[in-house]
Amino acid sequence: MSLYSIFNVAGSGMAAQSLRLNTVASNLANAESVSGTPEGAYRAREPLFAAVHAQQQSGGKDAGAAQGVQVLGITESQAAIPQRYEPGNPLANADGYVYASNVNPVDELVNMISASRSYQNNVEVMNSAKQLMLKTLTLGQ
Amino acid sequence: MNPVPQNLFGIHTQALDLWQRRADVLANNLANADTPGYLARDIDFRKALSAAGVGSDGALPLEAPSAGQIGSGPGTGPAALAYRVPTQPSMDGNTVDAQVEQADFAANSVHYQASLSFITAQIRMLRTAISGGQS
Repeated sequence: MSLYSIFNVAGSGMAAQSLRLNTVASNLANAESVSGTPEGAYRAREPLFAAVHAQQQSGGKDAGAAQGVQVLGITESQAAIPQRYEPGNPLANADGYVYASNVNPVDELVNMISASRSYQNNVEVMNSAKQLMLKTLTLGQ
Repeated sequence: MNPVPQNLFGIHTQALDLWQRRADVLANNLANADTPGYLARDIDFRKALSAAGVGSDGALPLEAPSAGQIGSGPGTGPAALAYRVPTQPSMDGNTVDAQVEQADFAANSVHYQASLSFITAQIRMLRTAISGGQS
């Protein structure tokens, strides 16, 4: 356990937040996608975060303390798929309906702001840790 | 003539180790700021330092980082790692308050640098004593 592990922790946080930003971008890009079947419609995706816990063999001094964050997987929103009557649409089914995505653009924008703030926090932590390490290297001069 | 002190840097080597661990814990809190169900943690510095066996005489115990080594005190155990009392927990069970963590991390960095400065001053003093003031 040293200042080095902060780089791993902040790095895992940055990776997780950038993946969250990635899903937001994907959701916003597909906000207007339509499909001919309810199953084929785009569903909003969201990452599932979980804390990484230290292994027992790492000394036991800080057993139980978290060691960064990990992405367990991507979940799909279970919100209802809106259907629209568009007989002129080439994707429409026999009854003339198309199925749009269940992406809520307001939710996605809020997610985007939250993700970028968290990313910045992790960058600041990494910068501070770097400065402390450099100061430690010049100890006694 | 006075004997050479056992530990030249006093409490500050132990303090540096603790500040480092606390920086790690706070970095973890910030990395998990959006993790559902994550409980923010912190180190009780006073408790950790007293657990390190720093008595009123300033005597420092030996550390035993691995199982085979013999220590003279209980050492800085995980008991010092506590959960933060949430001021405004979110609906997903996360108790990390990013602003509080940022403030604590900044204060922690300053304390770390203060401990470094104390050690540097001690080294300078010894250098002056060795060279007789002729640098």
